[in-house]
Amino acid sequence: MDYFLTEEQEMLKELCEQIAREKILPMREELDESGEFPWEIVKVLAESDIYGIYIPEEYGGFGGGAFEMCIATEELSKVCGGISLAFAASALGAYPILLFGSDEQKKKYLAPLASGEKLAAFALTEANAGSDVGAIETRAELDGDEYVINGTKQWITNGGVADIYSVIVRTKKSTGVRGISALIVEKDTPGFTFGKKENKMGIRASTTRELIFQDCRVPKENLLGREGTGFIVAMRTFDKSRPGVAAQAVGIAQGAFDEAVKYARQREQFGKPIASFQGIQFMLADMATQIEAARALVYAAARMVDSGASDVGKNSAMAKVFASDVAMKVTVDAVQILGGYGYMKEYPVEKMMRDAKITQIYEGTNQIQRSIIASAVIKDSAAKERKGK
Amino acid sequence: MNILVLIKQVPDTTDVRIDRETNTLIREGVPSIINPFDMYAIEEGLRLRESAGSGTVTVMSMGPPQVEGALREALALGVDDAILLSDRAFAGSDTWATSYTLAAGIRKRGAFDIVLCGKQAIDGDTAQVGPGVAKLLGIPQVAYVRKLTLDGARCTAERMMEDGSDVLDVPLPALFTVVKEINEPRLPSLKGKMKAKKAEITVWGVSDLDVDDREIGLDGSPTRVMTIFAPELRKNGIVFEGEVDETVALLVKELVPVLKAEI
Amino acid sequence: MSSIEVIEERCVGCELCIKACLYDAIEMRDGIAVIKDNCTLCGACVEPCKFDAIILRLDKRETIELSDYRGVWVVAEQRAGVLHSVSFELLGKGRELADELSVELSAVLLGSGVLELAPELIAHGADRVYVVDEPELEHFLDEPYSNVVAELLKKYNPEIVLTGATSMGRSLIPRVAVQVKTGLTADCTALAIDDKERLLLQTRPAFGGNIMATIICPDFRPQMATVRHKVMSALDADPSRKGEIVREKMDAALMRSDVEYVKFVEDLTQTINIADADIIVSGGRGLGGPENFHLIEELAEVMGGAVGASRAAVDSEWIPYSHQVGQTGKTVQPKLYVACGISGAVQHLAGMQSSKVIVAINKDPDAAIFQVATYGIVGDLFEVLPALTKSLKAEL
Repeated sequence: MDYFLTEEQEMLKELCEQIAREKILPMREELDESGEFPWEIVKVLAESDIYGIYIPEEYGGFGGGAFEMCIATEELSKVCGGISLAFAASALGAYPILLFGSDEQKKKYLAPLASGEKLAAFALTEANAGSDVGAIETRAELDGDEYVINGTKQWITNGGVADIYSVIVRTKKSTGVRGISALIVEKDTPGFTFGKKENKMGIRASTTRELIFQDCRVPKENLLGREGTGFIVAMRTFDKSRPGVAAQAVGIAQGAFDEAVKYARQREQFGKPIASFQGIQFMLADMATQIEAARALVYAAARMVDSGASDVGKNSAMAKVFASDVAMKVTVDAVQILGGYGYMKEYPVEKMMRDAKITQIYEGTNQIQRSIIASAVIKDSAAKERKGK
Repeated sequence: MNILVLIKQVPDTTDVRIDRETNTLIREGVPSIINPFDMYAIEEGLRLRESAGSGTVTVMSMGPPQVEGALREALALGVDDAILLSDRAFAGSDTWATSYTLAAGIRKRGAFDIVLCGKQAIDGDTAQVGPGVAKLLGIPQVAYVRKLTLDGARCTAERMMEDGSDVLDVPLPALFTVVKEINEPRLPSLKGKMKAKKAEITVWGVSDLDVDDREIGLDGSPTRVMTIFAPELRKNGIVFEGEVDETVALLVKELVPVLKAEI
Repeated sequence: MSSIEVIEERCVGCELCIKACLYDAIEMRDGIAVIKDNCTLCGACVEPCKFDAIILRLDKRETIELSDYRGVWVVAEQRAGVLHSVSFELLGKGRELADELSVELSAVLLGSGVLELAPELIAHGADRVYVVDEPELEHFLDEPYSNVVAELLKKYNPEIVLTGATSMGRSLIPRVAVQVKTGLTADCTALAIDDKERLLLQTRPAFGGNIMATIICPDFRPQMATVRHKVMSALDADPSRKGEIVREKMDAALMRSDVEYVKFVEDLTQTINIADADIIVSGGRGLGGPENFHLIEELAEVMGGAVGASRAAVDSEWIPYSHQVGQTGKTVQPKLYVACGISGAVQHLAGMQSSKVIVAINKDPDAAIFQVATYGIVGDLFEVLPALTKSLKAEL
């Protein structure tokens, strides 16, 4: 399908495809096995200017938006959904600064992120607070000119490898979302350490760690926005980043689908390629259709985000929930088409299946996405009714 | 430090196949690429410019207008400018006429310190144009270079031989052909690609160069292609069964010519 | 200027020329063949056209007096006082060509302190050896070596010059060809004489070995070609052969070099990367255990190839992963692939089936590997491999 990309977007797509094919493909299996962070790829992406695509030109980037993020993430994820996170998760960490940072904060932090010299991470989740953001317990108390942070963040993508962390903390004793704020914390700040590296089912080349804060002091200038707006920071960040996760899902699905079609054309049973059997054909047709529908929805959501529309939450959520469900379904089907080979590690589809699962879970589980969508559509309907009266 | 890199656009021969029915090459869908060995030459040019701290890297190629695509790819990698020698009159050039034409192009381009080429092109595999150009320019050459180190107006080159490396101290200007051990080529950057898209490529034809009409193109080429034919094709498999001595003898009879040709 | 033209009235749009074109330089426009800018005037399309619709007009060139050139020459290669065996192979072929042309076969030998090597060249077939034995020529440097060879060619006017396609030969001889203004054909796999015109027919692979081309050099002399090591066969050395050794003196200016030889660093450890190998012998589960891999190694050694393995052999830790061929190992495309005791699982085939020649040795006649094999032996590899190794050793 033609998505009418601009010349620059075509170039970006072509470049990411080349990086994926020439640099990521040769290491994907090894990194999936070892769980090591892909520093070599980070360097390649940095040298190719990819880290700067979503950052405004005045801060050393290319001035692209969520749509450019989607193109890049999708291309990289076609080959490895884990390695692509070294790129995408940094953007997630940068968005709070991009959206709510002061000019000074932007100047200081965005330039090294745009050049890929530094990576960012976003830290919200805790042991007892995942979908329920209001339940976070990590506290930051103002002491003179500094916030003193105490608490532990869990399952933080790019934890330990990132230099700049956007951390959601509780600054007021009151419970719920009103007492929440967002702070920038730099790596190597005293009192800021990392917990164990998680051993994950999928996206194994992405590093996931705990962030541990023990009397960690950061200057109060590191506050993003105003105190008490942390929940808004997190929600706006997700609105903007969810199309990216959805694009990761589309990429994983497309990668698995491509493997499945290739295999079905080559594999012969009963003297014929299995692609000639209707049972396989119908599966391939459904997979292709679902991927295309997901892509169209993701691109539409991303373009809406870039248009500056204020009520993108519902559409971002729809893109994320649909694309990640498609990725899960398509990768499972790809393993099925490859049969015994698909179940073995010598073909990449089992890895893609493992990688796909996380897209239904992180950056808001698909159940939370559905809540967002449902509350939006119910609100819309009520508003319409009020107008009607 | 002014560096010239000579590149060639080639069909990706790893994708070229023979149509067994017509005994012809299947070129459909075979992409045109920069000769892979030339990618190492471009990379080395960029690294030498970086290590010298100043200067330019210019890529030059001879070929039909579509070679512009290859030159833009080189520009995307960070090369400063690109020159295409293109004219119907250059058609049919063998390695002699190609060397002659490129040397004329280099002379017109003017001051240079280093000329770099890949060790050979994957379509022709001749490895002749680099040394030919060096001779025509009257400069020293070193082929099969695996390491280059700049030292003022001279350069230390390590030349890969069958049994090790010769280390040579070379005055500049000089021409070097490089092997893949020399570096790892970079990928383009987004900025580079955008710049390359808009860049002007200089195109020089016969009238722009100081060349003798009788020395260019097919007429200037001492060699001629007499016939082209498909190598013997794999039949639908011959499987020998029976006594070990017999089957081995039959296989050896088939393998010896293959081994003699390929060792 | 030479040119090519399609006679539109004759063209029927059959597209045979398009199939014949190696360069994708012909396309159909309104049912008529049109020759594009990237045409190389190779003429491959002329003969296939059944309607004589393509005409290649070659300009007549001023030519030299070809009969002034006589004799076949071989540029011998020595390094550190040892002759390279490719020189003997070239003398073997050169002898054949010289006899056919009824001319003498000469060798050229350059170096310092190399005079004593000349008789070896005679023993291998040379009638005469021109020796330039000077201290300036101790190390191979392109400028002095090419100047000296070019000088000798100008002095003696041979009609054919053969050089080994080694690092030295391939570096040196293109410079010489330019210097004397003649054609040079690299990496010939066959050389023959067209007896009518005394032309050297030089056959070589092109397009990565996908196709062969026979090249001639009709109007210039000498006709120069390089040949890779082990392509031609050397004659057995015959110390009783008689020949003349001619010591040549050279002008010092010709041997001057601006390039300075610093040192030689020996490196024989350049391990073969199987992806780059032209010949691969692979072993699989059929070997039964790591202790039997020597059968594979021995055959590989005789063939001058690298050792590969199937996933089964690697997973059983019989051989390191770096040798693994297949979907999860390396994809290889050698000129010769020998699969021993490998059944041919899809993932293995995916990694090697585009090899030029595939040999399969397996005891199961129904093994999938036979479906992609050019040649196969159904048999016990413990019997077949030693016999094959022994037999090839005798032949090569």
